[in-house]
Amino acid sequence: MDPGLTAEDRTDRENTRRNWLLSLPALVVMGLFASLPMVVMGVYSFLTPGKYGNVEWVFSTDGWTGLFLTRDIFDGTLGWADAHLTILWRTIRLSLLTTLITFVVGFPTAWFIATRPARSRAIWLFLITIPFWTNLLIRTFAINEVIRNEGLINTVLITLGVITTPLQMIYTDGAMLAGMTYVYLPLMVLPLFAVMDRFDMRLLEAAYDLYASRRKVLTHVLLPILRPGIVAGCVLVFIPSLGAYVIPRVLGGGKNMMLGNLIELQFGQGRNWPLGAALSIFLAVIVFAALILFLRTSTQKDAR
Amino acid sequence: MNRFSITSLPGFTPIALLCFVLLYLPILTIVAFSFNGAKSMNDWGGFSLHWYRVAWANEAVKEVTLRSLVVAFWATLIATVAATLAALATTRGKAFRGRGVIGGMVNQTLVVPEIVTAISLLIFFAPIKVASEYQGLGYLIMAHAIWVLPLAYLPIRARLEGMDLSMESAAADLYATRWQTLRHVTLPLCAPAILAGAMLCFVTSLDTVVITEFVKSGGQDTLATFMLSQLRRQITPEINAISTALLGFTLILLTLSFLLTRKRD
Repeated sequence: MDPGLTAEDRTDRENTRRNWLLSLPALVVMGLFASLPMVVMGVYSFLTPGKYGNVEWVFSTDGWTGLFLTRDIFDGTLGWADAHLTILWRTIRLSLLTTLITFVVGFPTAWFIATRPARSRAIWLFLITIPFWTNLLIRTFAINEVIRNEGLINTVLITLGVITTPLQMIYTDGAMLAGMTYVYLPLMVLPLFAVMDRFDMRLLEAAYDLYASRRKVLTHVLLPILRPGIVAGCVLVFIPSLGAYVIPRVLGGGKNMMLGNLIELQFGQGRNWPLGAALSIFLAVIVFAALILFLRTSTQKDAR
Repeated sequence: MNRFSITSLPGFTPIALLCFVLLYLPILTIVAFSFNGAKSMNDWGGFSLHWYRVAWANEAVKEVTLRSLVVAFWATLIATVAATLAALATTRGKAFRGRGVIGGMVNQTLVVPEIVTAISLLIFFAPIKVASEYQGLGYLIMAHAIWVLPLAYLPIRARLEGMDLSMESAAADLYATRWQTLRHVTLPLCAPAILAGAMLCFVTSLDTVVITEFVKSGGQDTLATFMLSQLRRQITPEINAISTALLGFTLILLTLSFLLTRKRD
């Protein structure tokens, strides 16, 4: 035994050892089934696609160059992969729009809930939580029921005589946007409500006493103080939007793909696992970059 | 009477009420049409439980529902136990080197889109499935476990952090061993959080469709992937009934957790 160690040092060591031991089950499970698969996926992105899917163990960077470039089948020259760029642009555009719309709708909704009297507030909050806990497939299916050609909106409009032929709403980018907005809205409202609930309403009183206009109160008092909730809401909506897979598949009809569907294609008809692996890592990197960007804007503004 | 209220902002209340209507309109459409007596999705044939009977008699629905429940049960159990232990390790005792690493490891699936985790598991399990010839539910259970583990860890950790440590010190002063303190003081105090975390895991596991779709072996559809494949084909009103039943189940769980947490306060 090391004579330089005091009794306190020894309990510290024992404490650390015990805590690592306690964390061991979680670390083993996450390490084996979450971290390791990501590493394996990284390796696969540098291999050669097998003829019938899977891979051959031959090093190749084609998976990565295939992200945005495509080799001409006749003269072998590299050119931009327009289809991939279109899908990437659609993914980013729809995710940003979803975040924006959910914020514009979610902010007043969260405020409405936060300013109710204590008793009814719990009920309104409960009403937001129900869709949040409802199966994503059910909600996607529900939107499908409302906007499809024989769906609720078209039936009502035709019955009322407003239109004679059904509006083509489903299988468009707009349908995907509606679906994503609908599905991710509670993810915006809940963090916003959490910060508004802690907000000291007397600050509003103070602002109005100092002759602030409603607009000034909103932009100079509310938005800055509520920033952490706004950032959290945007992160919670933007990140799953980037990785959306079910919504574009059901509401986009397979033609209007997003990044998630392009990835799936490589493991189905595309039979290009390395490209699929590279696309997955690329998606994870975009998400990570977005996360850091969001977090940095929130801390920078706080420091001011 | 138009009284000036400091908390009201112009246009906010109409937007909020519209938001609630839009949130519930699609769901209520499904619920209403699940009681539709007509054969097709497009007509209304009076109130009937016909499609519930059809769904109940459907062996495939029973099979996939049972499989979903089995996977969710084991994934929840693994995730909740591992998460509780890890939460204890990262909130009790002095800070130690690597504590942040544990949090990062446990929460890693939280910052990765589901499709990315799904693909990595597909690639990872493919050679294992071939080499081991094991085709059972273990793959799905582990895949769901890592996906829901942070959802158990976060509420349990938050509860442990917010707890008054004086109870635990009192127990230690009264010569309770570490184990006795944990068993009789710490765990009962954070039981509501553990239960809430477990319920969140369970519901999320039932909901996990993308990971299931890519990890499952042949003939291992869960309720979620079964519904997804139904959505791809011609949709029958049966799916309205299944959705409504699942919605009812979620509502019961949600109300239970609502009452549980309220009692504590």
